[in-house]
Amino acid sequence: MNKGLIGTILLAVMLTACSSKPMKDAPAPVEDKAPAAVSTTSDSDSAATSGATSSDVAYNPLKDPNNILSQRSIYFDFDKDEVKSEFRPLIEAHASYLNQNAGANVVLQGHADEIGTREYNLALGQRRSVSVKKVMNLLGVQDRQIETVSYGEERATGTDATSRQKDRRVDIIYQGE
Amino acid sequence: MTYIRNYLRLLAGLFLMLLPFSSHAALTIEIVGGAAQQIPIAIVPFAQPADFKGAPQDAMASVIGADLQRSGLFRVLETRGVVNQPTDISQVRYADWAALQAQALTIGSIENLPGNRLKVSFRLLDVLKQTQLAGLEYNIAPNQLRMTAHKIADVIYEKLTGEPGVFATRITYVSKAGKRYSLQVADADGFNSQTVVSSAEPIISPSWSPDGTKLAYVSFEKKKPVVYVQSLVSGQRYVLANFKGNNSAPAWSPDGKRLAIVLTHAANSQVYAINADGTGLQQLTRTSAIDTEPVWSPDGQFIYFTSDRGGSPQIYRMTASGGSPQRMTFDGSYNVSPRISPDGKMLSFIKRDGDIFRVAIQDLMTGQVQVLSETRNDESPSFAPNGRMILYATSMGGRGTLAAVSSDGRVRQRLSDTGGDVREPAWGPRVN
Repeated sequence: MNKGLIGTILLAVMLTACSSKPMKDAPAPVEDKAPAAVSTTSDSDSAATSGATSSDVAYNPLKDPNNILSQRSIYFDFDKDEVKSEFRPLIEAHASYLNQNAGANVVLQGHADEIGTREYNLALGQRRSVSVKKVMNLLGVQDRQIETVSYGEERATGTDATSRQKDRRVDIIYQGE
Repeated sequence: MTYIRNYLRLLAGLFLMLLPFSSHAALTIEIVGGAAQQIPIAIVPFAQPADFKGAPQDAMASVIGADLQRSGLFRVLETRGVVNQPTDISQVRYADWAALQAQALTIGSIENLPGNRLKVSFRLLDVLKQTQLAGLEYNIAPNQLRMTAHKIADVIYEKLTGEPGVFATRITYVSKAGKRYSLQVADADGFNSQTVVSSAEPIISPSWSPDGTKLAYVSFEKKKPVVYVQSLVSGQRYVLANFKGNNSAPAWSPDGKRLAIVLTHAANSQVYAINADGTGLQQLTRTSAIDTEPVWSPDGQFIYFTSDRGGSPQIYRMTASGGSPQRMTFDGSYNVSPRISPDGKMLSFIKRDGDIFRVAIQDLMTGQVQVLSETRNDESPSFAPNGRMILYATSMGGRGTLAAVSSDGRVRQRLSDTGGDVREPAWGPRVN
């Protein structure tokens, strides 16, 4: 079949004939968390590592590329959810920050590579985020400061063994970011 | 298969000119293979008023023919060589059609009715016995012509195969064009696609309500998976589940009153049930493993789901109230995405073999497993409402596409999207 030609014609028709229904949000029990601003004061331990002075109120250790807190991704092996020891310091730094900033909340966003089915990969990404949460819990971080969610394979970009390594990860996202 | 290609090309060319058939195909369908025994049928172009706006004379016959051909169970005969083209029973010369080796003959007509209505009549005739097998009339609005052709194809299919047709049904799927995701609903032949909802964030796991009026789906527009239910009639939607953590994998109970969903709170995915209005949440699995992808059996008695409690993802079933689960799949180390055939006898799922993921089917009585598809990255199987075909997502050339395979593995179809990337199909119910 001449797909190119038909495709072009179909596309032209679709562009003129496409209709979509309005999207409306009916009231529904949406869970709402109180907005909690991330602390930007320099009374955390990050001041010591970065050398920021206490007068530097605009300093945000989470955004400082020289601060380990700017590192947000924990990578996993294929089909695994164990946190590798090389990521321990990163998680410890964030746990420490959360312990010292009771108003700070994080979303641990789990990801999987594209291999396998979407819903199962959603569950695999979740399991990875739960692994990171457990480490943080052991380091004293409160449950109320952590939400574990998963994007599954929805953000996966890898297409081969090497590029897929980056897809198997948990991203730490501070509320308000 | 050149005949089918010509047929589809003709069909694709035709609809462009037809206003009353105002429709477009987002998906074009290619058929590979077919049943060993195909029923030869002749479909004569329907008579229509001289002043009929839009449709060329064989548009009705083309849609009916394409439907039957696509099932793999019919061979639609070329009728143009027959001089006498009957449109009324009195004009039928059976010898003409016997000479063409047709077993069945369809004739019909479209007439104007007052108030911008149309009367569509058709008859299905047995050429050998020279008897009428079916004859029906439809009083319709002009924009229902195409759906009426599908309904006629359903009647023909049922009369000649003994099982209900599914041409007058709809499918849903997610289309990704650029960075935009949209949930689409289209006729089962890929025409008339309409956007249900669109978002810059992913949409996955659409599920039809049993009456075909609503879709439950998962949208990431709140930067996390949240389950919505949306009416296809009004377009209105509501949040079904937005608990802490993930909310995903909605599946309707056969009575439409409840949905199985998957929640995580602060731990691994677990199966819950919830009323369709968002009340009455009930936890059905309690493990530290992954429990996901729930689906109800058609009798409402069981919920099948995927779990890695045994070390690898396998399919289990429990009673719908959450009784102790029983493992259903044993062959291989990765069996996920369970779906139960409408008669409750077969389990379809995705089976991994090395790095290949294929649609498989398991007889629930004997336990016998058969791999059905020949593609390699298959996901999201979905039974047609008559159980004959399984629609699924796969990928070819790095792009998502839809495909279908008959539940006996003999007929294969590829549904090519003309635009972006398509995935997450679900075949809607029969609603007549």
